[in-house]
Amino acid sequence: MLDRTPTSTLAPVRPRRTWVGVLIGVLCVVLALTSLFVGVSDVSPTSVLGGGADGNAAFLLVASRIPRTVAVVLVGASLGIAGLIMQMLVRNKFVEPGTTGVSEFATLGMLVTMVFLPGLAVVGKMGVAAVFGLFGTWVFLRVVRVVPVRQLVLVPLVGIMLGGIVGAVTTFFAYRLDLLQSLGQWSQGSFATVMQGRYEFLWIAGLMVVIAWFAADRFSVIGLGEEFATNLGLNYRRIVAVGMVIIAVITAAVLVTAGMIPFLGLVVPNVVSLIIGDNVRRAIPWVAGLGAVFVLACDLIARVVRFPYEIPLSVIVGIVGAALFLWLLLRRRSRAH
Amino acid sequence: MIALEKVTKRYGRQTVVDEVSIAFGGEGVTALIGPNGAGKSTLFGLVGRLLQAEAGRIVVDGMDVASTSSSELAKILAVLRQDNHIAARLTVHDLVEFGRFPHSRGRLTLHDREHIENAIGYLELEPYRDRFLDELSGGQRQRAFVAMVLAQDTKYVLLDEPLNNLDLRHMTEIMRLIRRMADELGKRVVIVLHDINFAATYADRIVAMRNGIVVADASAREVMRPDVLAAVYDTPVDVREIDGKPVALYYG
Repeated sequence: MLDRTPTSTLAPVRPRRTWVGVLIGVLCVVLALTSLFVGVSDVSPTSVLGGGADGNAAFLLVASRIPRTVAVVLVGASLGIAGLIMQMLVRNKFVEPGTTGVSEFATLGMLVTMVFLPGLAVVGKMGVAAVFGLFGTWVFLRVVRVVPVRQLVLVPLVGIMLGGIVGAVTTFFAYRLDLLQSLGQWSQGSFATVMQGRYEFLWIAGLMVVIAWFAADRFSVIGLGEEFATNLGLNYRRIVAVGMVIIAVITAAVLVTAGMIPFLGLVVPNVVSLIIGDNVRRAIPWVAGLGAVFVLACDLIARVVRFPYEIPLSVIVGIVGAALFLWLLLRRRSRAH
Repeated sequence: MIALEKVTKRYGRQTVVDEVSIAFGGEGVTALIGPNGAGKSTLFGLVGRLLQAEAGRIVVDGMDVASTSSSELAKILAVLRQDNHIAARLTVHDLVEFGRFPHSRGRLTLHDREHIENAIGYLELEPYRDRFLDELSGGQRQRAFVAMVLAQDTKYVLLDEPLNNLDLRHMTEIMRLIRRMADELGKRVVIVLHDINFAATYADRIVAMRNGIVVADASAREVMRPDVLAAVYDTPVDVREIDGKPVALYYG
């Protein structure tokens, strides 16, 4: 009985809501394909295949459209995961890098590289931003330790205040050093400048998603709290450290390539949680997929609304994300009463 | 056995557990009783390596809790603390599955799945296995937690006030299940209880603590005496015999 392979027979039946998952997958593919073929220059399947002597459409596809679409998918997926992991570490559904000061610390890191190491390669900038983000995560976790876990709204409030302080410091120095404009580049998320050779760091964020997937069960157990984790023989601190690195690296990689994208890490894991719950192993593909769909859709809107001009992605994400977030908040309240 | 040698735990200047030397975890159910602040939960925390002792040694079946790897201990000792607040939306099945973590490290074998099924069946959670924990009643949720430590398949099971916030029916239900776990599955259960009548009815041995020291350690019948209980709780307790069982009356 025991030496059979660990498959089927006893496999549990659980609320999988398969069709929603399929829908997310289909949407992701459709939006990604649409993203490839939307833009000022005419790039369509026929023009790419038909080619013409100059092969301009094919060149555009490889140099700009594919990088942009891949970048959008990677950013959406990884930011969603960063939010999910953070929510497990803090045991609070209302946190993400953007509401905990992590993004602000990473931005401060970017400012530091601009001032002290202006010649640094982008990898170096990303590294410095990641270290600052890591420090920010650490500071937040330290501060939050004195806030009772059950104070659901107090935890993100503390994080937002922390981010506000760090953001103010960053703005002050950027103002004094005449770097406000460069700073604006990062605080406003956009994929307009993404092309071949300028997005590849996002694969590092993608790698973090894979690591998160491998450690998924550990993060689920961490989400039960330190005492549960210790009882189950887990090294709580080590897993928290791994989670912090994942969050910081994703935040930094997204920051140097696309800029700040608010709400995503908050909204996407919450929506997924409503549908299939918080078992990280099950949630990761959903969060990654829905995150990608979310950013793909917002990026498409940003490109189409004032065609042929683009508006900043963060504007669209802000509007859509804030609306979704409000809905989540109000929904929670109506359930509580 | 779980053996404590002169174990001391302080919070600031307050000594919560004071040079306690005791061995418990024999066959059957051991109840740990005592007033609030006696150090019962702290003692559990120390044994379950959730807290660090200032002095002394805790040995579980020859393994020193301070030096043995946490994952090894998780295979012989399970601790369920009180007031478990879980923010994550997990199903009953998810939770019980995590109980297998010390054995599976996340990769479930058929053997693990059997343990999960048995634990769910044992605690009669079959109808609720796909429900989220926040959709359960207090009694069902407590059963889910007990199922999780049962799936952990440890020799020792330490339960800290599992009857907290439960009504009469669910309290009795949980205590019966705990008794069955000890009798049928050979679990050595140590349980913190506030209701001494439950302790007297379901436990083989009662350990009483007060002000961080063990003040009584004997069979249920020997501890259920007015003078002993009055000394433990610092309040008059009357003990009557009803149907041959000692029942403590402390309502007047």
